[in-house]
Amino acid sequence: MNLRKRKTSALNQAIFREQREIRKERLLASPALIIGAVGFLIILLLAVFVPLLNPTDPNAMEVANRLQPPSGKYLLGTDEFGRDLFVRVMYGARVSLWVGGCVAVFSCILGTIVGVYASYFKVLDQILMRICDGLIAIPGILLAIALIAALGTSSWNVILALTIVYTPSVARTVRASAMVIREQAYVEAAKVQGFGNLRILWRMILPGVISPLTVQASFIFAQAIISEASLSFLGAGIPAPAASWGNMLEASKLVFSKAPWTMICPGAAVILCVMSLNLLGDGLRDFLDPRVKGGQKK
Amino acid sequence: MMQENKKEIESMQDPILEIRNLRVLFPVHKKWLPAVDGVDLTIQPGEITGIVGESGSGKSVMSQSVLRLRDHDTAVRYEGEILFEKENLLKWSLKQMRNIRGNRISVIFQDPLNSLSPVHTVESQLMEVLILHKKISKEEAKKKSVQMLKMIGIPNPENCMKKYPFELSGGMQQRVMIAIALACEPKLLIADEPTTALDVTIQEQILYLIQDLNKKLGMSILFITHDLGAVSNLCHSVKVMYLGQIVEDAKTEELFTHPLHPYTKGLLACIPHLAVERRKELPTIPGSVPSLSHIPEGCHFCTRCHEADERCRKMPPPVVEATPGHTVKCWKYAEGGKKNEVGV
Amino acid sequence: MSHLIEINGLKKTFPVYGKTGKIFSQKEYMCAVDNLSFYIEEGETYGLVGESGCGKSTTGRAIVGLTKADGGSILYKGKDLCKLNDKQFRPLRKEIQMVFQNALSALNPRRRIGDILGEILEIHGMKDADERREQVIETLKKVGLSEEHYFRFPHELSGGQVQRLGIASALIIGPRLIVCDEPVSALDVSIQAQILNMLIELQKELRISMLFISHDIGVIRFISDRIGVMYLGTLTEEASTETLFANPLHPYTKMLFDAVPDPYITNREFHALTGEQPVRTQAFQGCAFYNRCPYASDRCKIETPEFKEVESGHKVACHMVS
Repeated sequence: MNLRKRKTSALNQAIFREQREIRKERLLASPALIIGAVGFLIILLLAVFVPLLNPTDPNAMEVANRLQPPSGKYLLGTDEFGRDLFVRVMYGARVSLWVGGCVAVFSCILGTIVGVYASYFKVLDQILMRICDGLIAIPGILLAIALIAALGTSSWNVILALTIVYTPSVARTVRASAMVIREQAYVEAAKVQGFGNLRILWRMILPGVISPLTVQASFIFAQAIISEASLSFLGAGIPAPAASWGNMLEASKLVFSKAPWTMICPGAAVILCVMSLNLLGDGLRDFLDPRVKGGQKK
Repeated sequence: MMQENKKEIESMQDPILEIRNLRVLFPVHKKWLPAVDGVDLTIQPGEITGIVGESGSGKSVMSQSVLRLRDHDTAVRYEGEILFEKENLLKWSLKQMRNIRGNRISVIFQDPLNSLSPVHTVESQLMEVLILHKKISKEEAKKKSVQMLKMIGIPNPENCMKKYPFELSGGMQQRVMIAIALACEPKLLIADEPTTALDVTIQEQILYLIQDLNKKLGMSILFITHDLGAVSNLCHSVKVMYLGQIVEDAKTEELFTHPLHPYTKGLLACIPHLAVERRKELPTIPGSVPSLSHIPEGCHFCTRCHEADERCRKMPPPVVEATPGHTVKCWKYAEGGKKNEVGV
Repeated sequence: MSHLIEINGLKKTFPVYGKTGKIFSQKEYMCAVDNLSFYIEEGETYGLVGESGCGKSTTGRAIVGLTKADGGSILYKGKDLCKLNDKQFRPLRKEIQMVFQNALSALNPRRRIGDILGEILEIHGMKDADERREQVIETLKKVGLSEEHYFRFPHELSGGQVQRLGIASALIIGPRLIVCDEPVSALDVSIQAQILNMLIELQKELRISMLFISHDIGVIRFISDRIGVMYLGTLTEEASTETLFANPLHPYTKMLFDAVPDPYITNREFHALTGEQPVRTQAFQGCAFYNRCPYASDRCKIETPEFKEVESGHKVACHMVS
């Protein structure tokens, strides 16, 4: 609308302020959202800035300092080649967040396109959904391993494989909520008012799909991090010397009885990251659901 | 016959249910707000008591608090007393409450389909109540169930027993609800908008059934509705509720021939009933019912009342007995008010 | 006065499935609307009254093009609405609008009121944003809302205000015919009176025709000029409001009117009515009201009564009346 006119009216300002207040109240009413968001933000900032500020090479080996326990010099100790675990966990976070983020974004974009069109055109629906069913029928991790075996190991191939694994579930979610919205009275009303099909599809159905999609995205983010770690652990993920949480877990399995921190540190990193993403997703779901007001279901 | 019935009611002394200064509070934005605000009510044995009010008047909350149905899922606080056969239900444990629900006090709701279990047949739902409360054998329960269905006018009870609720029509579902509610011969039946979801001709059937059962079994009925027509046709006495308070209370004939409270008058005037002149502006009650957090000081109705003055906005009005048996909560009829209008 | 819209022999069927579900059971059809004919004159309010499941809502939805009819015709300005596809229908949207029962769910919850109403103008060719804004505010005022509601979301309004907004969204493009599907049934009586007054006022001012669908006999009588009583997918009686209430002829109409609880009659003895509306299959024949009618004869079971005029403007479908 007209921005200038919005600014001038004091009454409108008051309305906007009131609406902001309500939103703030609802935000504060869901602690899961805040805890999740803060946790995820801390991990993200650490992953970005620690490698920038700390010049230690994550792959630099100091054989003399093998399997050192956590201390002032090595915050989280060292692994069997004497590499600084703290630095490696931070570099691993970069890999995990990059892979998880890319998978979440790509599979959501693809899944939304597939889901929205499938919800609106019946013939297309049959074709697309049968393909999705086929993909969902294969266990995700097996499908990813098979794809990587065919494509070769690299971070881009991991992203591609996981995107293929997660797109069908996004498409299904989007299709389901798009079909619910399509039956809503306000979409019918729009038809009566003379809205065209495409306008209804993109201006009414898509915005309605966004909220379940955001929630789904945060869960896929978390799942992709676990999957990437699992793939790396199985040797089908990021190639070896590079630091990733999965690689580090894999490397620790021979020495963890002597040096448990080599397994605990990357493991804890995965848990913290996934947990904050899941909390974020749960919180978002409550926040975006218009039926939940002030933290209470009406 | 109606007249005799009434005399009988008046001669009986012990009320079946007595509610004294009941307040039911819910937490909204960290404050306890009263959905029911100081309600007094007595139900005599065999009497049909009507409660009328718009949505948000607290009529449903009040009726649910008699059985404490809200205790499980929401935070709720009660003040005052609910005396059922002289025992204060608010002091009882939830386990004791379970024994009384569906046994000595039963309830039927607006939406029968949502109140019946979708995965059990009519038979098993009816028999379950009987076995639970009456501790009788399966065969006896079955016999009794068929009897119940016959009594409430279901044409082919044996056939109906085998069906699931969704296979029945709305009117039949409500009949089954009533059968379940009456299975243990309760002393008190709470009917919470039992006919709102039904068509007028089906409503007629259900109201007939309720009236008939009241006469045959002599149980008391608390009939809650927003439909003034149904109330005046069915009930012996009526209470009008607005924002958690009873604003007017009288015998049905008295209330509908001499309404006193401005709210009651307004409600009666704005119904487009069959004697109103067509397409001529209906009188309205301005505005809408305020939310719980915006209840005005003084008289709750003052924001929508044509006759409200300074005093109404500042001080809550007293309950005045305008004529014997007819009480009204309004300053207009209080001592020192426009007293000469009383009984007009 | 001329006929603005004419419905002739309208028919709509829905598939019903047996106990075994969609795949194995034989497909059967029930008729929601069968052989329904009526017309609405310019500037007139036509009331359609009946119990739930009688097909009155389906009729309204067929007229605005939300359900495709299976037979019959809906003539509007010489065009048969049943034969138009979505694109051909679109120019007529401007002239035929609908008010929904549950107004809140008929408004996009994610957009502000001004944007919702403005977009309707936009798709009907009003490109200038300032002009749109002015028209929106003018319409809001017309239905008793004000400029301050422009930036509100629908869920921030009260029930009565939301229904006013629903009416505003139907009125904003200046329709000739409004289909009101139970517009006041979800409202409290005090609010219902406000909305009814407003509808009558607006109709007088804008001279629109109205198809008013309701199950509430008092409301229908209050607002309609002519009334059609529907039962089991077809009209059983039609007359001007005065005639119908002074002299109801069909047994169903009588039963319906008798069952309306009048607040000024206390301690009434209720009637032990029996029976319910059955399902109308395609092979249905005889009188629709046969199984509940106190006067039914063998003829009613076999022969479908003709919907014929017994006096000027008063039509009944009953063998007993002639």
